[in-house]
Amino acid sequence: MHTMVAGYGVSKLYRLGTGSTAYQLLRERLMYALRHGFRPPPQEGTDFWALSDVSFTVGDGEVVGLIGKNGAGKSTLLKIISQITEPTVGEVHVYGRVASLLEVGIGFHPELTGRENVFLNGAILGMGRAEIRRKFDEIVSFSEVEKFIDTPVKRYSSGMYVRLAFAVAAHLESEILIVDEVLAVGDAQFQQKCLGKMRSIRSEGRSVIVVSHNMATVTSLCQRVVWLVEGRVKAEGPTAAVVGRYLSEGLQNDLVWTPRHATTEAFHYHSVSVVRGDTGEAVEAIPADAGVDVVIDFSINTSFSPGRIEVILRNDSGEVLLTTTSSDKYPQNYHAWTLGTHQWRVHIPPHLLAPGRYFLSVTEPCGGYDILRDNVLSFSVSEQNSLVARDGRQGKVAPQLEWTRA
Amino acid sequence: MHRVIKRRTGLARLDLDELWRYRELVGFLAWRDVVLRYKQTAIGVMWAFIRPFVTMVIFTVVFGRIAKLPSDGIPYPILTFAALLPWMFFSTAFTDAANTVVGNGHMISKIYFPRLVLPLASVAVGVIDFLVSMAFLVVIMVIYRFAPSPHIVFLPFFIILCAALTIGLGLWFAAWYVKYRDIRHLIPFIVQIGLYASPVAYSTSRIPEQWRFLYSLNPMVAVIDGFRWSILGRTPLYVPGLIAGTLITMVILFGGLYYFKQTEPRFADFI
Repeated sequence: MHTMVAGYGVSKLYRLGTGSTAYQLLRERLMYALRHGFRPPPQEGTDFWALSDVSFTVGDGEVVGLIGKNGAGKSTLLKIISQITEPTVGEVHVYGRVASLLEVGIGFHPELTGRENVFLNGAILGMGRAEIRRKFDEIVSFSEVEKFIDTPVKRYSSGMYVRLAFAVAAHLESEILIVDEVLAVGDAQFQQKCLGKMRSIRSEGRSVIVVSHNMATVTSLCQRVVWLVEGRVKAEGPTAAVVGRYLSEGLQNDLVWTPRHATTEAFHYHSVSVVRGDTGEAVEAIPADAGVDVVIDFSINTSFSPGRIEVILRNDSGEVLLTTTSSDKYPQNYHAWTLGTHQWRVHIPPHLLAPGRYFLSVTEPCGGYDILRDNVLSFSVSEQNSLVARDGRQGKVAPQLEWTRA
Repeated sequence: MHRVIKRRTGLARLDLDELWRYRELVGFLAWRDVVLRYKQTAIGVMWAFIRPFVTMVIFTVVFGRIAKLPSDGIPYPILTFAALLPWMFFSTAFTDAANTVVGNGHMISKIYFPRLVLPLASVAVGVIDFLVSMAFLVVIMVIYRFAPSPHIVFLPFFIILCAALTIGLGLWFAAWYVKYRDIRHLIPFIVQIGLYASPVAYSTSRIPEQWRFLYSLNPMVAVIDGFRWSILGRTPLYVPGLIAGTLITMVILFGGLYYFKQTEPRFADFI
């Protein structure tokens, strides 16, 4: 087996500014220069190592999974291999053309037609015009959107959009494919098609590096897994062994999220956590009849334009199960904020969620627009006292509904 | 193909062969911006003609009729348009190029491509607009039965000079903007000041002799005077100013290229 990608002691240091952002203001830099002359200003803020001393290899024809909690450094590692950002220390050796799919449909513009977007996206992914033209029919037929190829993609359903975007990427001629959780989108049938495509890539002797939170996907796709914890390799080896350990350590759920930095000065999340709805305890597996409370602590530091917080709940296959917002009971779709610290609570009633694992995303209002903090929390609903356990019923949710005799 | 990804130390390489491999992306991005502009405005393609036309009318009325600035017997619309042509190209393409890296931040944080592609695509859009305006100038000259001077053969040089200055300054500001977000407010300000500091609405002959060289340190002076000289051919070219302007443009261009390449690996960390 030939090595296709090899990392040697890869580390990445991020410096978080005193404010919330990596970039600065020229005004502040110039004021500093006026007072202190042209000495470089002292580095303020805190350092944090997103990756420390990570080494790995990927051989040809191998699919390697990257697993770990949010913030473990998986995305940073993919960005380094994709050459989007450089490592602070260490090296990655790449033997072949890399196609990275950290997101599907980069550069897609809603006003452009499907055909126009295929060419644009293909060019961004590094394909030439002639290459795209040659593969165009194949891409379109893979995506199953033939009828709408000359329609602006703003009229597409989200499924069609994703199918077209993935189809372009799947037809890249590369020796190494890098995929970040893209399989969490699209319907089940299309997901199967994507998995099939990735297996065929492997059988052609090409390599795949895939990040996924879905252990079923990882197990069915990968021969080897690298498990990252806080930027370090915790374990590496055959999928079954590592995934087994990952799942059995009982650490797989993130019940509390405390962001490392805020996006804006005005709004700041202190923590978001998931607890039992009845007792308020933080437990790994919440009984189905206990209900789930999402507790949101945040502060408003400057007077703030109206906004709202959104909580999005996904199930284990990545499907959005529900969205709820802090302004659901307000007719104008927003509510006024007051300065100071706040604690809000969202109650998800008992029996609504079927037993299984859930991922929670929240939005961060930034005044006028929201930033999605994706999959910041995960929790499990146990089969204890669940309706599903009682009679094995079907359905993505298992609510206990009111039956009345008419 | 073997590539080593590590922290770059020392000087940046220009990597022109990689840029060449991505040349089609420049075309696609420019094409996207042009297509979108015409899809998103109700008047569509007409926009490309309306903008230079309206600007020319305003300049002609305000400076030719109201302020009655001398025109040396040249029809005022042609006199202003010969200068407006490079100025509109510079101001629009420079602004777009300066904003393009932060504006496409989403792409930068998700995929690798030589980031130089972005400002180059903005300038390419400017070139398309420039060609439309150029055709417009030809129409006006036909209407006024005004024959261009024989110096017209030198026009390509001044077009290249103008493009070089636009790219160079665009690269500096695009890279600064990634690091310093208040650059955004500086960009329109520079364009505004530049309009008054360049001989767009007036002629360089109105600058007192002793200030002439200092004035020519603004490289747009060489560009605009060059356009007027090539098209209208009346006033002689001020050679020291032309040399100074060309040299300064080269410094801005190569300095900008270098600074952009030097800071490029950290763009994704700041966005």
